[in-house]
Amino acid sequence: MSKEDITREGIEFIRRLDEYGEVRDKLIVVKEALTDPAYGKLPTQRSVDELLDLGVVNLDKPPGPTSHEVVAWLKNILGIEKAGHGGTLERP
Amino acid sequence: MSGILPVALGSATKLIGLIMLSTKEYIAVAQLHEPVEEARLREVIKEFIGKIYQRPPLRSSVKRALRVKTVYEIELLEYEFPYALLRIKCEHGTYVRKLIHDIGLILGVGAHMRELRRIRTGPFKEDSTLVTMHELSEAVYLYKNENDDSALRKSILPAEYIVSHMRKVVVVDGAVSAISHGADLAIPGISMIHENIRRGERVAIFSLKGEIVAVGRALMSTEEVLERRKGIAVKTRRVIIKRGTYPRSWRRKQSK
Repeated sequence: MSKEDITREGIEFIRRLDEYGEVRDKLIVVKEALTDPAYGKLPTQRSVDELLDLGVVNLDKPPGPTSHEVVAWLKNILGIEKAGHGGTLERP
Repeated sequence: MSGILPVALGSATKLIGLIMLSTKEYIAVAQLHEPVEEARLREVIKEFIGKIYQRPPLRSSVKRALRVKTVYEIELLEYEFPYALLRIKCEHGTYVRKLIHDIGLILGVGAHMRELRRIRTGPFKEDSTLVTMHELSEAVYLYKNENDDSALRKSILPAEYIVSHMRKVVVVDGAVSAISHGADLAIPGISMIHENIRRGERVAIFSLKGEIVAVGRALMSTEEVLERRKGIAVKTRRVIIKRGTYPRSWRRKQSK
């Protein structure tokens, strides 16, 4: 991929994030620049192993188990040591 | 309780704390203990929009001191005695169970929460990215047994989504390495910046490929960044990208 292409895709990804996060402010160009395809990687190109270290699951927690139990289950099936949830959903 | 529970994996765990302090939205079923007119119910609900005082319940994980919380919206979606279906948008740490109990007190008939579902926390909501435990275990099965990673790669979002609701600063390749070693971000390293960033605001630092580099605190507003030529624009707080991902463009002082 050329520098121009990968930069375009990178910025496109950031715009998609803005849309997802409902950030409506404009992204202003301070300095035109291109990124080198030799280093780093587009987030959309991550392998499963890479996502397991730099990913997030928008999980629909069922009512039964605690948030803590759900995270333990998820670590177990994904075979990872580290995972953390964003804010407890306590039992009713 | 059910609903949105974003779970960060591996190194992304460092970012998940940023979600905890964000606005939450819930759907709740309240059960009233005696009938009240719908008009009266709507009236009382309205009184709970804005700043409210709450003492955390007995069974809670925080200190039981009186706290001020902001309720942004309460909408009565359906009412059929004894049940009222509510949509509530509130500050993090607001106890919805307590809120419904207090609504019951003001109504004079008493009420308690029957069901609760979180429908939003920070940028995460009920949309096509939402995954059930069942779907996730199926995706893992396909990956492990059928060598098919498509479902799993769809179930796991890039960690960058965790900071998608924050304003962003995009940096040139040459700045990434220094930041990954803990350096603050100076103006010459900036390629793009969101408008309306205020001093002191938490911002996300991205590479031109869209990778999360770090999160930090803005020391300058967007205007200041655009006016000035140099100076530190963002104080680096939490580095996410691995050191060595981008080459060093800075030199260590030679010590002889």
